[in-house]
Amino acid sequence: MDFTWDDKQTAFRAEVRAFLEANLPSDWEKLAHGPGSPAQTKLCREFCAKLARAGLLVPHWPALWGGRDADAWTAFILAEEMWAVGEPRGGQYMNVNWIGPTLMRFGSEEQKQRYIPPMARGETLWCQGFSEPESGSDLASLRTEAKRVGDNYVINGQKIWTSYAGDADTCYLLARTAPGKNGISIFLVPMSTPGITVRDIPSIIGEGDIHEVFFDDAEVPASAMLGNEGDAWNIVRAALQLERVGIPRFVLATRMLERAVSALKRADRMDPGAQLRAARARAACEVAKLYSYQIIDQRQNGRATGPEASAARVATVSCERLVAEFVVEHCPEALAGGDPMLLVHHQRAIVAGIASGAAEIQLNLVATDLLKLPREPR
Amino acid sequence: MDFTLTADQLSLATAVDGLASQFKDKPIEFRGFALVSAALEQQLAEAEFFDITTTPGLGPVAAALTVERLARLPYTAEVALSMLVRPHLAGAELPRPLAFVERGRPARFLAHAKSVLIADAGKLGFAQLSAADTEPVESIYAYPMGRLTRSLPTTQLSAADANEARKWLRIALAAEAAGLMQAAIDSTVEHLSVRKQFGRPLGSFQALRHRMAECAVLAGGVKLLTLKAASTGSEGDAALAAFHAQESGARLVYDLHQFLGAMGMTLEHSLHLWTYRLKLLLSELGGQAAQAQAVAQHCFG
Repeated sequence: MDFTWDDKQTAFRAEVRAFLEANLPSDWEKLAHGPGSPAQTKLCREFCAKLARAGLLVPHWPALWGGRDADAWTAFILAEEMWAVGEPRGGQYMNVNWIGPTLMRFGSEEQKQRYIPPMARGETLWCQGFSEPESGSDLASLRTEAKRVGDNYVINGQKIWTSYAGDADTCYLLARTAPGKNGISIFLVPMSTPGITVRDIPSIIGEGDIHEVFFDDAEVPASAMLGNEGDAWNIVRAALQLERVGIPRFVLATRMLERAVSALKRADRMDPGAQLRAARARAACEVAKLYSYQIIDQRQNGRATGPEASAARVATVSCERLVAEFVVEHCPEALAGGDPMLLVHHQRAIVAGIASGAAEIQLNLVATDLLKLPREPR
Repeated sequence: MDFTLTADQLSLATAVDGLASQFKDKPIEFRGFALVSAALEQQLAEAEFFDITTTPGLGPVAAALTVERLARLPYTAEVALSMLVRPHLAGAELPRPLAFVERGRPARFLAHAKSVLIADAGKLGFAQLSAADTEPVESIYAYPMGRLTRSLPTTQLSAADANEARKWLRIALAAEAAGLMQAAIDSTVEHLSVRKQFGRPLGSFQALRHRMAECAVLAGGVKLLTLKAASTGSEGDAALAAFHAQESGARLVYDLHQFLGAMGMTLEHSLHLWTYRLKLLLSELGGQAAQAQAVAQHCFG
């Protein structure tokens, strides 16, 4: 057991930091930081292309697809450094973390050749068409339908709360081809397909983030399906394992907590009450980090991801909450024209327990898979 | 970064498991708070487990894992301070068992201790003990408690040694708490899986499942922080581990007793052996406020 970084890992972190130092615009923190705002989307595209040219967009991918065959720790160190500054990769983190790797594993040759190289060059933005008005955490109940007509599928239905849909060029869409959990299929759908309409939903987390996406007789060739009919559940489960601990939210939370505490210390406002709450939040950040590292360690050693992945998610939600609450209670001015990054963090923190499935689902998984408590009757 | 145990750590863990398995059951007739075993103490000494920290190939992480494992037993012995604090104060003559007295209060294992660390007015000193220096105290803390019968002349630790001692006292507290929490959770899970109400096991009700899951995440977090602190030996990591142990401990003690219902009120059930030990740990080293102060000092620049 060793909690230090080896020379190679330290050097890689330094390489990423040097890149950020040289390439992140000086006004990055003051940018209009809606996760899908036009300003940020434009910057992310330029930034990801630069990352790709420096070999830092997909280092953990196979060399065949533009990577460096780097290991799981490398991918996570990269993610940590990106999150530490507020994730300048924007929605492209999804390509890097799980859409690309999922296509490599399950995609047809044509799909790989079409979609993976632009991802590796940092030129493409995807959205995930999962949630529907009636299907959130209960994803298996989704109703958007894909009906086989000759060589094509005709898609009808509605997705909602879809991040990045306004600027995305492709949708990783879940649609029903038959009844039941095993009747769901995945389609890789160009957002320019006739019959797709996107509407922005104004939200508390920032400009341009979440959307409604309507499919009205949107027609795609059968070759747009990922895997076979009914494969969605198994493919998505594998992908969500990557997604759940792919976002090191604890890094930005820790950094923002440190920033808030520094400001309080300078103003001589770090009273015992603030000390107690800061310690609570700092411990939660560290716990989230160590749970996440445990999963990366499992990945690194080729072991199956255990139920600790759910614990990692629960711990992450807790650290985001405690840091956000600390800032509100002790640095309220930060959210009223004060520090733009503290504001961005605060707006995004609430997402931690909601996106990619409510955290309560993870509590169920901890109860069943880690504690082995009897299941709830259905 | 590597979470895998070394071969040496693994074989130690197997040996500790073997020893612990002899002490895994509370005697059916026992209806008290402090369940102490001289045999456990003796076997640990014979196996030289109190020297794990200084054994080549082992060290503080192995010692912390052992403290955590042994704290899960219904029996208790003076393990944590001997395994995790004493080896770091090589300059001080501290025959074991070792106790730690704060502000003149009663302390665990003091009545049978051979030496004591004494914290008073921000200073840390030590003294060796004779039988007349201490006396047992009846208590509900589920440790054998004792108090000093007189004010002892102490040798003050240097500032550096005192810092080192406080750091390892924090890690020892967190390691012990992590084991107590795990044992209390295991015991509660067993009850929730067997006990039925409204025709279903209690553990199938989401209200309890979620709270239990939160308890499990907290307890696992304490263990992870403890192992990191034992590995890095950093003051900040030690403060975080002790803080999280005391904060999570308070929540777990209440919640787990709530889940056990009236069964947990009986001395027949074992739950109190772990939770009432945890209660004592909540106040040690100045409690959460003092750990928070240490976090503010060491974790925020």
